[in-house]
Amino acid sequence: MDNKQRIVVIGAGMAGGRIVEEILKRDSSSFDISIIGAEACATYDRIQLSPVLAGEKSFDDIVTHSDAWYDANGVKTHFGYWVQSIDRVAKQVVLHDGQAIGYDHLILATGSDPIRLPLPGSDLQGVVAFRDLHDVDLMTRAANAGGEAVVIGGGLLGLEAAYGLAKRGMKSTVIHLVDVLMERQLDEAAGRLLEKALLERGVISVLSAQSEAIVGETHVEGLKLKDGRVIPASLLVMAVGIRPHVEPAKSAGLTVERGIVVDDQMRTSDPSIFAVGECVQHRGACYGLVAPIWDMCRTLADVLTGKNPDAAYYGSELATRLKVSGVDLYSAGQFNGGEGCEDIVFRDPGRGVYKRVVVKDNKLVGTVLFGEAADGAWYFDLIKKGETIADIRDTLIFGQAVTEALAGVDPNAAVAAWPDDTEVCGCNGVTKGTVVEAICGGADNLDKVRGCTKASASCGSCTGIVEQLLKVTLGDAFKAQTGPKPMCKCTEHGHQHVRKAIIEQGLKTIPDVMQAMKWTTPDGCSSCRPALNYYLLCAWPREYQDDPRSRFVNERNHANIQKDGTYSVVPRMWGGVTSAKELRAIADVCDKFDVPMVKVTGGQRLDLFGIKKADLPAVWADLNAAGMVSGHAYAKALRTVKTCVGSEWCRFGTQDSTGLGIKLEQDTWGSWMPHKFKMAVSGCPRNCAEATIKDFGIVCVDSGYELHVGGNAGIHLRGTDLLCKVATEAEARDYSMAFVQLYREDAWYLERTAPWIERVGLEFVKTQLFDEETRADLKARFLESQAVFQVDPWAEHAPKSEPAKVFSPLADLREGTSQDHITETA
Amino acid sequence: MNANVTLNWPSLNWIDVGAAIDVPYQGARRVDTDLGAIAVFRTVDNEYYAVMDKCPHKGGPLSEGIVHGRHIACPLHNWSFSLQTGEAVGADAGKGCTPTVPLKIENERIFLGMR
Ligand SMILES: Cc1cc2nc3c(=O)[nH]c(=O)nc-3n(C[C@H](O)[C@H](O)[C@H](O)COP(=O)(O)OP(=O)(O)OC[C@H]3O[C@@H](n4cnc5c(N)ncnc54)[C@H](O)[C@@H]3O)c2cc1C
Ligand code: SF4
Ligand code: FES
Repeated sequence: MDNKQRIVVIGAGMAGGRIVEEILKRDSSSFDISIIGAEACATYDRIQLSPVLAGEKSFDDIVTHSDAWYDANGVKTHFGYWVQSIDRVAKQVVLHDGQAIGYDHLILATGSDPIRLPLPGSDLQGVVAFRDLHDVDLMTRAANAGGEAVVIGGGLLGLEAAYGLAKRGMKSTVIHLVDVLMERQLDEAAGRLLEKALLERGVISVLSAQSEAIVGETHVEGLKLKDGRVIPASLLVMAVGIRPHVEPAKSAGLTVERGIVVDDQMRTSDPSIFAVGECVQHRGACYGLVAPIWDMCRTLADVLTGKNPDAAYYGSELATRLKVSGVDLYSAGQFNGGEGCEDIVFRDPGRGVYKRVVVKDNKLVGTVLFGEAADGAWYFDLIKKGETIADIRDTLIFGQAVTEALAGVDPNAAVAAWPDDTEVCGCNGVTKGTVVEAICGGADNLDKVRGCTKASASCGSCTGIVEQLLKVTLGDAFKAQTGPKPMCKCTEHGHQHVRKAIIEQGLKTIPDVMQAMKWTTPDGCSSCRPALNYYLLCAWPREYQDDPRSRFVNERNHANIQKDGTYSVVPRMWGGVTSAKELRAIADVCDKFDVPMVKVTGGQRLDLFGIKKADLPAVWADLNAAGMVSGHAYAKALRTVKTCVGSEWCRFGTQDSTGLGIKLEQDTWGSWMPHKFKMAVSGCPRNCAEATIKDFGIVCVDSGYELHVGGNAGIHLRGTDLLCKVATEAEARDYSMAFVQLYREDAWYLERTAPWIERVGLEFVKTQLFDEETRADLKARFLESQAVFQVDPWAEHAPKSEPAKVFSPLADLREGTSQDHITETA
Repeated sequence: MNANVTLNWPSLNWIDVGAAIDVPYQGARRVDTDLGAIAVFRTVDNEYYAVMDKCPHKGGPLSEGIVHGRHIACPLHNWSFSLQTGEAVGADAGKGCTPTVPLKIENERIFLGMR
């Protein structure tokens, strides 16, 4: 008994319990083990606190090493005791009550502390962390009293806390600093799906939100955000991260950086002291998950018991699974890649599944799985093994079962082998037998199969399988259907199909569209994103939130970028009319901002060139102050309405062309379109305003107004088609709005009216516009959209507040410029 | 993060250029330096990269382009570049390269590696 070596473990958490168990497993007789834990209870599985909070488990379910277990194994326990200090010379630890315990080997397993944000009010009652049983107890009691919970931190822990509280009946809100939940584990697509899934479970996410202060008298009453919002709360949980608990190690003079520094054998700077778990810093890394703990404990037990004195720990790959019931979410490794990585993305909107695997040098290096995470462990294993996946790459994304079943087999063969009653199209419940029957009955291409079976006609996710069935059934007779030209390399769908799906499936955000239509890239490209942004705002003017990140520079900066990177600015001049006051304001801006050139444009406006980006907000502010708004000369939107002087001044003029032009411009300015859109009104057939090469032109005649459409003076000159003749100004305006709306709803992004009309035919336009009801509906939808979008972007951005900040550089490091905000590090 | 150094800087001095959060998602901010402007990007996956803010085609300000995946599309003529290597990609591959700038994030601050 006396010659047994004494091992003392500080910390009876997951690492502490595990190291004791691993040592005993290897050698149950050579050591005299004591374990000290500040928590007054046995060792439990901390990661199961989330299900305990959610009421899905009880404390007894999660105990891993009970008092009885320690007793039975001859381990001395000091639960409810705090280690005050370590005396490395006398080789003993001193507890808070003064008792000393001697050791031959000391193991630190002190875990970590939750980080508390130093917000005003953070010492109020009802502000808790989510770390131990005590916290869960406080939270459960608060929940029983009902009310509202706010959780700061949208990481793993915060979401589990918010979910648990919602399940216990609280109104639960998560506040997250960045605009994607769990951004360290998830890409944006998965983050959005998670947001939705949580909402369905009663957890509201407030993203891109900075906390400013916790409000309340003695007890928390709410959380105030930087933007001024106050979110009411009777319980506030801080789950913003953890910090290794290094106190005893530090005061004992061990090497401590972020965590307690250990070598590959878990040895600290003192050879008789070891450390395992979250308190450790190994090869520069600190871990906040349990997987590394198991690896560390195995290594240390091998070393200490002499089972394998050369055992070494080399660090751990990490995988995360979210423990929210019904939300299947898994992320591992370099899920968002890095240099030289390729993404393979799979989306199945019908089942709410999103998977992304990241491949580098033919090896799997990371994965994110949402909605179907059963293969997580298999992928993780492939990641850890680091073997080449070249031969399973084609099927990798479909998971283990498919990959293994299909290894080396022609993919068509697998489909051929399916029984006839296998469901092919989930949306419409069409079986393989039905599809094959249709094909044998003469449906020899995708469209025909769609037409007679409805397979692949809804969400389209089974299109690939239907094509395979065509191939298998028809053999050489099947020529792959090219279908409409895809929008871009990120999708196989054409513009038309995407626009239709947006309306029919009620898709309301860019990530929604990408998910539903199975985009093959994580966030699209510079061709599809601006198009999707437009389609969505056209479809859902009231609901869609514009995405500036998916707009080209001119629209984002509300000015025209020029070849030298400066901008030009065009104030709107209604119908080409200006005044001394406006001209004076423009002249002042030219002087104040050293504008090198002012030019009269073809659309009867003044264009101010050579303006620096950082000056834009100030230029807008000055022009706005003189009553001018943006001319949208940079936008895919209504640009100008060119007019002649008409009956007001001209001896030939038949109608007030200037006045009508101004009215048309006031009706339509600010409306986003598939491409730029120009109008003109001429006062007589002499056509001085060149109305017959405009997208919409009006030529006034004695008896009324001739309406012309589809003209273009661009690369391919095209004269207008005559649409019709109307008698009154009011009718002319109605037709113009209805025509604009038809173009907005029907044309593809970046398709001007001329090619659009050639594609759809003038007849189509006439049928739509000549039907009184359709015309009225189009106009109504146009006005609905104008109610939202007829806003001056300059006025919105001119205030020199937050948004204006992004117009200036992040930093200026040039010689001689002020560097106050910059701190230099070695 | 971006470890690829193509500008030939002998020893690096890490300079704090601002808070990581000040670069918008899928966006960029410019940093003016005596070597020319540098564009600091943040991708949809919350990765940060820095490249010289000058398109090798006709000098377009890359910081004003559309960020997609780990790529930037130039605002002037829509060439796309890898933010990791600075090389033109896609249809314009092989036609040009914009130098990358070493970047690291520490304590939620952005540091650029300078001479
Ligand atoms: C709610 C929740 C959910 C989680 N979910 C997951 C998950 O899904 N997956 C995953 O991998 N990880 C998860 N984790 C993280 C995981 O629980 C930790 O990684 C793990 O518990 C760390 O183990 P440890 O032994 O290093 O530290 P701990 O388990 O924290 O144990 C340290 C112990 O040391 C004691 N101690 C500290 N200092 C002293 C001292 N001076 N004297 C005496 N005792 C001391 C502490 O009281 C504590 O009991 C979760 C954590 C929480 C809180
Ligand atoms: S179009 Fe007719 S009305 Fe107008 S300016 Fe020319 S001639 Fe006069
Ligand atoms: S200047 Fe960048 S693509 Fe032409």
